[in-house]
Amino acid sequence: MAYLSEDLRQQILAYIPRYPSKQAVTLPALHIVHDAMRCVSHEAIREIAEMLDLSPAQVHDTMTFYQFFREENAPLGQTRLWVCRSLACGLRGGDALLETFCEKLHVEPGGTTKDGKITLEFAECLGACEGAPAVMVNDEHRHCVTAEKVDALIGELS
Amino acid sequence: MPDFEPVLLKRINAKANPWLDAYRADGGYRGVTKALNEMTPAQVIDVVKNSGLRGRGGAGFPCGVKWTFLPKDHPGPIYLCVNADESEPCTFNNRILMEHDPHQVLEGILLASYATKASVAYVYLRYEYGVAYRNMQKAIDELYANNLLGKNILGKDFSLEVYLHRGAGAYICGEETGLIESLEGKRGWPRIKPPFPAVEGAFRKPTVVNNIETLACVTHVIDRGADWFKTIGIPPDPKNPRDAGSYGPKLYCISGHVNTPCCVELPLGITVRELVDRHGGGVWKGRKAKGCIPGGISMGMMTEAEFDTPLDFNGPGKVGCLGLGTAAVTVFDETTSIVDVLYNICRFFAHESCGQCTPCREGTGWMMKMLDRIRHGQGRKEDLEILDEVAKSIGIMPGTTICGLADGAGWPVKNAIAKFRPELEEYIRAGQKTTVALEMAH
Ligand SMILES: Cc1cc2nc3c(=O)[nH]c(=O)nc-3n(C[C@H](O)[C@H](O)[C@H](O)COP(=O)(O)O)c2cc1C
Ligand code: SF4
Repeated sequence: MAYLSEDLRQQILAYIPRYPSKQAVTLPALHIVHDAMRCVSHEAIREIAEMLDLSPAQVHDTMTFYQFFREENAPLGQTRLWVCRSLACGLRGGDALLETFCEKLHVEPGGTTKDGKITLEFAECLGACEGAPAVMVNDEHRHCVTAEKVDALIGELS
Repeated sequence: MPDFEPVLLKRINAKANPWLDAYRADGGYRGVTKALNEMTPAQVIDVVKNSGLRGRGGAGFPCGVKWTFLPKDHPGPIYLCVNADESEPCTFNNRILMEHDPHQVLEGILLASYATKASVAYVYLRYEYGVAYRNMQKAIDELYANNLLGKNILGKDFSLEVYLHRGAGAYICGEETGLIESLEGKRGWPRIKPPFPAVEGAFRKPTVVNNIETLACVTHVIDRGADWFKTIGIPPDPKNPRDAGSYGPKLYCISGHVNTPCCVELPLGITVRELVDRHGGGVWKGRKAKGCIPGGISMGMMTEAEFDTPLDFNGPGKVGCLGLGTAAVTVFDETTSIVDVLYNICRFFAHESCGQCTPCREGTGWMMKMLDRIRHGQGRKEDLEILDEVAKSIGIMPGTTICGLADGAGWPVKNAIAKFRPELEEYIRAGQKTTVALEMAH
């Protein structure tokens, strides 16, 4: 039996008509699997490759270029929380904010809380600079996350 | 100066409904209707060329001229790649356009595709813009349902598919050939040029790459005409035969140590000082500015004394900056250490270098490590000379790299050493910052 569910396979196959080459579906396929399964396992890479007429090495090569995708040894928690550390946020306390999250969640950047609820990451510029220091919850920005808002945000995501 | 009436932010400032009916009620898709009914693709290109519109993505290349580089009478397909990767630090204007007025952008995409005979437009959208992604998709769905996308748009001999393609957190995929490689499902490694995308781009076919704000401008250029567009901004410098002028409105982003960080629309050519004082609410906490980065971090640095520089396509170059860039100004106040600012910038480039070219991969990492050492009080007297040399030897300009990321990585370092040398020397000598406590310290 296939490792990826029929639903995921159908979602991936639906992208094929959009592009003149099947390889172009690599990123969409990785996103679909990664979102649903919180990592892209070797088995998933093999099946994506098969659907797109590629070798697993090609998919793996592309995937690892983008540090965005997790392999099976480090899956994501339920929510991925990104803290911006680039200049506009850095000037308004972004680095310190990241440290605060590390302390409160007892994880290093890249790590996931013991209960599997939150994966903490640093981000390069999120493009939310009018709301510095900014964070991102999965793919949505939160503006002006000052130190006193940290507890409330953690509570919301836990 | 009389008050400028916003063009690109007009509906956004008015908090207008972003969806199709409301956009149309405000005159939306008038340009598309006009182009499809009354103009040939060549005429659309001519109007855009005559308007003097230059690319807003950073390089400032004349938009209509770029479109003429496509091969004539090509059997197709021709592709439009819309650059919505917007990852230059401190820049967020593309996001605002896509989140709040997606149809203004999509109308520009339709017009550019009609002009260039592109049959598919891929919008390469950075992953971090989830709201923009969903709003753009909803707007695209509305267009398909209303015969404004798909086959035979408005009953004419023009068909277009628009697809959103999400990135995965890599800055380099904003470089146009890195974008194309990434779109094709590969590592986002920029290509050696030539061939330029217009000749051989996405899927080895002729391709135009344009920025979101550029395309939003196209919408208004076609609706209101080239002459109107030229009433905004700065005409070419008569003493500089190579200057194509700086026409049209521009979305300026202001962030960092100002009271009211924001994105504001003004005619090209506003000075940094006006931006900071009038639109950014002045420097925060009653302090003075020490300097700023004037157009995203890749364009270098300005001192406070240089704040009267106009932000048009020529201004920043006159004070040693790389260019207008994304016109995103980030101010740092008098208490901020230049070492901290530089470290933050160098850390970004070391993280984002794609690693293809040795001078960029090693140089960006080396500069970051040296600044980290200086930051921690371990600086040496000769460090500034080494930093300057590294910064000057990586990039397209010295001819050592494939893409411009490395030029952008070197520029702030070169500028800082040229413009803030006494402070840097003092920091190295003392082994720490000698000014007041820092916001960025930790
Ligand atoms: C390292 C690097 C990053 C870039 N990032 C972006 C970007 O995020 N968005 C963008 O529109 N252009 C970016 N550019 C510029 C593009 O290569 C290209 O010039 C631009 O998209 C062309 O569109 P325009 O002519 O409409 O400005 C980048 C260039 C470099 C060298
Ligand atoms: S200059 Fe840097 S980012 Fe650009 S291609 Fe070379 S290594 Fe990659």
